[in-house]
This record gives sequence, C-alpha cells and structure tokens, in this order.
Amino acid sequence: MAKKSVGQDAEGAVSPRARLLVAVPYLWLLGFFLAPFLIVLKISLSETAIAQPPYVPVLDFAAGLRGVADFLAGLSFANYITIAGDDIYIFSYLKSLKVAAVSTAILLLCGVALAYAIARAPRRAQPLLVMLVVLPFWTSFLIRVYAWINILQRDGLLNQALIWLGLTDQPATWLATDTAVYIGLVYSYLPFMVLPLYASFEKLDESLLEAAADLGCPRWKAFFVVTLPLAWRGLGAGALLCFVPIVGEFVVPDLLGGSDAAMIGQTLWTEFFANKDWPVASAVAVVLVVLLTAPIAVYQHLQTREIEARQ
Amino acid sequence: MRRTSFTNVVALALGLAFLYAPIAILVVYSFNASRLVTVWGGWSTRWYAALLEDRALIDAALASLGIAVVSAALATMLGTMAALALTRLRFRGRLPFAAMIYAPLVMPEVITGLSLLLLFVAIDLDRGFFTIIIAHTTLTMCFVTIIVQSRLANFDRSLEEAAMDLGCSPGRTFFAITLPLIMPAVIAGFLLAFSLSLDDLVIASFTTGPGATTLPIRIYSQVRLGVKPEINAVCTIFIVVVASAVVAASLIEKSRNRERPRFALT
Repeated sequence: MAKKSVGQDAEGAVSPRARLLVAVPYLWLLGFFLAPFLIVLKISLSETAIAQPPYVPVLDFAAGLRGVADFLAGLSFANYITIAGDDIYIFSYLKSLKVAAVSTAILLLCGVALAYAIARAPRRAQPLLVMLVVLPFWTSFLIRVYAWINILQRDGLLNQALIWLGLTDQPATWLATDTAVYIGLVYSYLPFMVLPLYASFEKLDESLLEAAADLGCPRWKAFFVVTLPLAWRGLGAGALLCFVPIVGEFVVPDLLGGSDAAMIGQTLWTEFFANKDWPVASAVAVVLVVLLTAPIAVYQHLQTREIEARQ
Repeated sequence: MRRTSFTNVVALALGLAFLYAPIAILVVYSFNASRLVTVWGGWSTRWYAALLEDRALIDAALASLGIAVVSAALATMLGTMAALALTRLRFRGRLPFAAMIYAPLVMPEVITGLSLLLLFVAIDLDRGFFTIIIAHTTLTMCFVTIIVQSRLANFDRSLEEAAMDLGCSPGRTFFAITLPLIMPAVIAGFLLAFSLSLDDLVIASFTTGPGATTLPIRIYSQVRLGVKPEINAVCTIFIVVVASAVVAASLIEKSRNRERPRFALT
C-alpha cells in the first residue's frame, strides 16, 4: 500500500492543496530571485544613458517580434569590453579572490581548532559552547565590524596595549590595511565555519579513534589521518560558506580596508552609487556570478547530500 | 572516555575571547563619559540620554523594526511551505527549486541587492519600505527553509499517519500534529529572519527609496565619519535586545524539548 502523507492522497498523487504548497514559494523565488538575475544580464548588455533610470532598455516587448529582432541587434558587449580592458576591474576581481582564499584558509585553521575543542568538551557543556559561538552571529554584522574600528584605529586599544606592554613605542597603523580586513573577515565569518565543522566532528564515531590509539597511532596523528578525512564534508561546506560571500563582501573592506585596492563588492558599489553606471555595475555582477558558479554548485551539492543523508 | 585536553581548553578560551572581546569593549566604551572615544573619562550614561534626542535615529530604528517584523513573518510562512514541499513532495522542477533555495544563502549581498533594485525599476515599483520588505523576505525565507527542513528531516511520520488513520483530514493533521511538532524550528526561523533583516545594510541600501532609512543605513552613514560614542550606545542597546531574545528563544526551545517525551507518551 502506498504510504500516505500530508498533501498526498492514497495513490501518492500531489493534491491541489499541496500544489499550492509548492507553487507559492516557487513563484516567489522565480519572481524575486531568478527574474532579477535575467534583468541584470539584460542591463549588462545595454548602453549607459544619462536619463533616469540610467540605462537604455533594449527589449521592447510591446513591439512583438520586431522588438525581439531589434533587441538582438542592439545587444552590446561594450560593458564587458570595458571591464576586460580596465585594470581596476581585473585587480578588483583578483584581489577579492586572493582575500577570500587567504581568509578562508585562516578560518579553516581557527574553525577546526575551535570546533574540535567543542566536540571534545564534556557532552553537557557542548550546547552552551555552541550557543556562545553562535550568539555573536546574531548580533549585527555591521556592529561587529564597527567594534573593530574602536580597537584598530591609530590611538585605539590595540596600539595602547602594545605600547603598554612595551612591544613597540610607536603606534602602528592597523586600520585601513589588509591586516584589518583579514581580522574583520575572520571575526565575522568564524561562526559560519565552526557550525558545519562541529556538526561533522560531533558525529564522528569515537571507536575509530580508540582503534587508532590501540594500533599505536599518536593522538595528533590520528587527528590528521582519521578525524579530518572523515569530516571532509563539513570542511567543504564551511570553506564554501565562507569563501563565496567573502569574494563579494562589501562592509568589511569598506570599513576596515584601505582605499588603494578595492575588492569587487566595493567596485560594484562605487560603480552603482557614485558613478551611476548601472550597465557596467550589472556587467561586474554578471562576471562575479560566473566566477562563483562553480563554488556555489559544489556547495549546493554538499548541502543536498548532507540533508538527504539525515533523512 | 572523553577528556578535555589542555590544547582544547586553550583553543576554546582563545576562540571565545576573540569572539567576545570586541563586543565587550564596545559595550564598556558606550558608558564612557569622555567624548574622545579612546580616552576613558569615567562611567556615564550621557550618550544614552543623547540618543533620546536623536529623532532621525529613533525613526530609523522604528522603520527597521517594522520591516523586520513584516518580512520575517512573510519569510517564515514561505520558508515553512518550501521546507514542507522539499521534504514531503516529489514534484517536477524540484532540483531547480532546491537550487533557488540554497543559492541566496551564499550569494554576495551586492548582487542580490543590485538585481532586486533593477527588477523594481523595470516593473516601475516605487522604492521604499515595501521594496525592502520584499527583498528581505526573499533572502531570509531561504534561511527559514533550511532550519525547518532539518527539523522535518528527523521527524516521526508515524504520528501523522496515526492521525490520518483515525480520520483526520490532511489539513487538520498538519495543524494538529505537524505544525506543533516543528514549531521550535519555525520560531527559530522567524527569529533568524528577523535578526537578518534588522541587520542588513547592503540589500537595504540598494532597494530603499527616498525617505526610507533603516537603522543600519543610518549607523553606516555615521560610522563612515568615524567612531562616535552615541553609536557605541546604539550598538549596545541593539546587542542587549538581540542577545536577550536569542537566550529567551533557546530557553523556550529547551523547555519544549524536555516536555516532548511526556507528550509522546500521552
């Protein structure tokens, strides 16, 4: 006999009411997530105009087929050529990828240490420790980045502490450097890294570690040959959950970074808000999405496998 | 045998200190009497008093709260529906649907913001509170889906089957059995959506219109000009409100968890 469930009748067919369950969120995402992307794609192929809105619409649906023909004839790759030909954009992309790669590596190191320590803590204390790690994530991102300005500025607490300790006699410049950006990124994204890692470490079958110890494997070595390989899904999910958003990050480099080399999120922001060049901003966004497609696809794959493994 | 080693204790202590020190410093300095943010001038609540005079800031805070409540409610509804659809139903187009749920979680905010703005311009929608609500709902419903979905994944279906065998209609089964059981996840999803909306700067900056200033937009425009004691005070209030909400929610969840076995037996 077919198993009955909510929204399905005895034959397992989807009932009209259940169809609504799918349709409403589906249509919402089609309308407000997918359609906007297609519009970005379209505008990235338009030409800049001085009027409001600052682009010339290329597709005229009212004109029917002739409109479509005009649309195809009017497509212009000028904005992409602008991006490819200008060092500012190329450097922005490269800088973003570099910053994201380096900070993800640091996050992996810190995240593994912290998540492993939580997973090895007494069982009763674990929920509390997890909550302590997650709690800062609930307080505002903007506020947490801002808090670092207090610390890193020239007469801030970090320099005061260094001078007081006698480690230096001149206040060093922290704010508006790449170091500040890395500190801010690691600080902001640490919970994203710790949670998937903890979930993997916590599931780990401890008898495997005992077996390794019985066979004479030292604990540090067992960590590298047993624990880490078994937690690869958590490592992958955590790394991508940090890497992808960091590539497009705006708040951290804008508030803590210097003005010399902007990351791509800042370049897009400037292009849009300061230069009011919507088509070029759209082209920047399209190239960014193309760059991130592979990591996002891998992340989705890991996420789907993780949830299906639990079902 | 579980033993907490010395290195693990050090890792925990350093990690938690790193996470909490900046917030603690911010809170302490919000009570600093001195206008110079780096010089300690004794305890004072003068910056909190100054906040009450700042009409623009209060308006922005109220606007943010309104947007967060409405968009979190919408996102909770849509996200729970999506989670049920994904875990319970086999339908055509399930994969692209799942892809659209997971993509916004990692999509850089500048892209989400820009694309939504261009949509609103294309369909000639006046920008303001309404458009920010749509934008936040779209982003946060995906987080709600993930949370509710993981709750549904380890859910005892036999309770639903029993109700249906006893003659409950599918709709009634949902409201009498399913919804109460997934409620903690739904509440957690609502709170997450609420706090994400309250916090968002980038997407709101793109989708806002004239006259609609949210708290993060206001704070950001102030912060760009440097650290100010008033901003420390606003942030402290924000942190206290959010932290107590989260702690309360987790306590509620805990007490519910304790009740569940009893519920299952009766």
